[in-house]
Amino acid sequence: MLSQQITTLIDKELKKYPADQRQSAVMAALRFVQDEKGWIASADMADVAAYLGMPQMAVYEVATFYHMYNLKPMGKHTLTVCTNLSCQLCGSGDTLDHLNKRLGIGLGEVTPDGKYGLREGECMGACVDAPLLTINNKKMCGRLTSEKIDQILAELDKQ
Amino acid sequence: MINIEIDGKQIQTENGSTVIEAAHQAGITIPHFCYHKKLSIAANCRMCLVQVEKAPKPLPACATPVTEGMKVFTRSEQAVKAQKGVMEFLLINHPLDCPICDQGGECMLQDMSVGYGGGHSRYHEEKRMVLAKDIGPLVSAEEMSRCINCTRCVRFGVEIAGQMELGQAFRSEHAEIVSFVSGTVDSELSGNMIDLCPVGALTSKPFRYKARSWELSRRRSVSAHDSLGSGLAVQTKNNQVLRVLPIENEDINECWLSDKDRFAYEGLNTTDRLTKPMIKQDGKWQEVEWQVALEYAANGLRHIANGAGAEQIGALATANSTLEELYLLQKLMRGIGSDNVDFRLRQSDFSGDGKQQGAPWLGMSVADISRADRLLVVGSFLRKDHPLMAARIRRAVRKGAQVNIIHSADDDLLMNVAHKAIVAPDALVETLTQVSKALAAEKQGQSASGDAAAIAKSLASGERVAVLLGNFAQQHPQAAQLQALAQQIAALSNGKFGFLVEAANSVGAHLVHATPGSKGLNAAAMLAKPRKAYVLLNVEPELDSADPQQAVAAMQAADLVVVLSAYKHHATEYADVLLPIAQYTETSGTFVSAEGRVQSFKGAVKPLGEARPAWKVLRVLGNLLKVDGFDQDTSEAVRDEALKGVDVAAGLNNAIGGVEAKALSAAGGLQRVADVPIYSTDAVVRRSAPLQATADAAIPQVRMHGDELKKLGVQSGDVVKVSQGQGSVKLFAVADDKLPKGVARVAAGHTATVALGAMFGTITVERA
Repeated sequence: MLSQQITTLIDKELKKYPADQRQSAVMAALRFVQDEKGWIASADMADVAAYLGMPQMAVYEVATFYHMYNLKPMGKHTLTVCTNLSCQLCGSGDTLDHLNKRLGIGLGEVTPDGKYGLREGECMGACVDAPLLTINNKKMCGRLTSEKIDQILAELDKQ
Repeated sequence: MINIEIDGKQIQTENGSTVIEAAHQAGITIPHFCYHKKLSIAANCRMCLVQVEKAPKPLPACATPVTEGMKVFTRSEQAVKAQKGVMEFLLINHPLDCPICDQGGECMLQDMSVGYGGGHSRYHEEKRMVLAKDIGPLVSAEEMSRCINCTRCVRFGVEIAGQMELGQAFRSEHAEIVSFVSGTVDSELSGNMIDLCPVGALTSKPFRYKARSWELSRRRSVSAHDSLGSGLAVQTKNNQVLRVLPIENEDINECWLSDKDRFAYEGLNTTDRLTKPMIKQDGKWQEVEWQVALEYAANGLRHIANGAGAEQIGALATANSTLEELYLLQKLMRGIGSDNVDFRLRQSDFSGDGKQQGAPWLGMSVADISRADRLLVVGSFLRKDHPLMAARIRRAVRKGAQVNIIHSADDDLLMNVAHKAIVAPDALVETLTQVSKALAAEKQGQSASGDAAAIAKSLASGERVAVLLGNFAQQHPQAAQLQALAQQIAALSNGKFGFLVEAANSVGAHLVHATPGSKGLNAAAMLAKPRKAYVLLNVEPELDSADPQQAVAAMQAADLVVVLSAYKHHATEYADVLLPIAQYTETSGTFVSAEGRVQSFKGAVKPLGEARPAWKVLRVLGNLLKVDGFDQDTSEAVRDEALKGVDVAAGLNNAIGGVEAKALSAAGGLQRVADVPIYSTDAVVRRSAPLQATADAAIPQVRMHGDELKKLGVQSGDVVKVSQGQGSVKLFAVADDKLPKGVARVAAGHTATVALGAMFGTITVERA
């Protein structure tokens, strides 16, 4: 079942679209689910489908198409590292190596304590600050160096 | 109309059509995979790239609308280079396992790669692999690596079948066709995805590895499983039916086939097939020669006709018997002096007999359904009883038609229903009366509120109105009244009305008078007043009758039961003679479809064992009983005799007059709502193993409104005792709040519920 908070948010989102086009809100709805639960389970997709009156399969298509939806638990803090060309040229490989070393996990993995997850991301549209990573798809951190990454992790550790 | 030029050929085509449509009209082939004339345009395979004058790049012909003066080149250097390039990309990840692929020999990709593919691959890296999926007993998705992601199956589900069971998940190189959380594909039209799949990704599970397409001979036939009259291509090898495919006819089944028509063939040659004539002597069944069995049957019938009287003999047939068989059956019965012959086994109201002016039929052509803009469907389990008619209505709705439903169950029709009135069976007449009154009021500018008024308003706003009565309405104890009301409603809305018609040859059976005359007994009366002898043609009384308890009791009480059947079924308990007859694939014959289309077909294979076509068996019985006019040599001669002087078009008439209103006896308690599950309708589909493995063939449950269950103190999922008359069965109870209160939905025609009584009437449900 979708929580009260999620349905309230979806209802707000639905006001942006014509009444007979409820499925327009599917991406937002999935985002709300992920914000609350950290990831989107099949059952949640079915709930979203029922709430928006669209086929479950269509929700699944959207959820699997977009990279930023987590289809499995990805830890409390999901770090998404851009590996596209600009970032790679500016050293995203080093970023990943450092994170691997610090967290002891590879791409697509979660630390045993469930605190951190590491994902590969696509271009975040801010190549000027390459290399980049985002935290839970919300906060973007740029011009990454080993020191800066340690600083970021130290801050996250406090939360 | 605008003028364009394709490959130097001047073509006139309709404005708004696409290049590929214009080319196909002109007989120019453009290679394609994802394009299908019945589906929306996806333009994702890129195989149909063509060169267009003044366009800088090749354009996909399927998604490029024609414009005046356009010059298209499908075989130019640029076009062919683009097509070859696409082909090379499509083959990069294709496993090229044609030698072990079921699609081999009838594969679009294979054919096209001969024309556009290279002799060898430049791609030496690893190919991508897609895992196999189990999506149910009918469609095999074992080799999804073969998929080229054209999404035809997905679009078919959404646009034709009305439910999105398959989708394309993930993206780019990882994109694959999947079902949601590995679910099965349960659509009653799923088999069409096999035809649509241009490669060997979706193949027929029952046909898997059975034969190569070029080894099969192909015979034209007609579906025996519903009243649409779908064209079948029956494919055979070594005198066995191995596959059934649709024959395209825009006016009937288009290019589709329901799963029932497609996979029923698996039930043709089951282990309980009757292959030798048998008679019962001293309580033991013995196989005998045809001559012995026929003489035994003839002597028995003669004995009863001479002793107790010919009116003590009754003949029952199912309406998926051929026109020839039904004609000879009624001729035989009338020849020996009995007027008791009927095929309307599930009907319970015969008060319209004599008042009905002709054979009940669709009242319009099948194609008219697509053109209707307002529809009222009364008493029909539409999707399951008439899968392809439902698909037609669904498409009409997508184009803007409004469909209204009056019924006693509210199954999801997978289309937008404008208005519906879901009422208990005893309130159907009242609801239709209200609609009729509201329509009359609407005409005088008054409008009321309520479901009936909303339906009336919808119908009044239409230009081409169709009122359709389903099987449930036809089987209803007030069927004649429902018919008269439908007639009234159609007249008030200047529309047409008709029956969706239960079986493949119901209309034909009426035309050849396989119904009792004024002296005879109808199907219900023949069982209610047991006869001394019965002749059963294709009938399994306990599964095909309105009241199985009564049917079985009548059979058991009879002195002589002559069974013409393809199967050794339950009749072994009460029959005296079993005469093995041929299936519809093994005999020539004729079916008259719901719209009155007379379609003859030839046998595709030889009858199994010693089985013989029923028309031949009846002819010999006629000879043995010394009835005149049983000397036809061919089924065509029987057909010509049966239809001699019959003007089919004039014989079809739904008009009914002088129907007396009769109330249903208010017995109180729960009313039974009985559907005949889609894979329980006739003897062949009941035996088709793949169909029986589908979700639609699950063991029936008792479905009731949640409040009704609460009253009984029963939870959804509990086992309950369901009783009618002397019989009772134990079934799972399921809460279904879409049902009206006061009804219990229990399917008929299924072995799990044969112990129960009539399809309509009161039924008792209690805690087990």
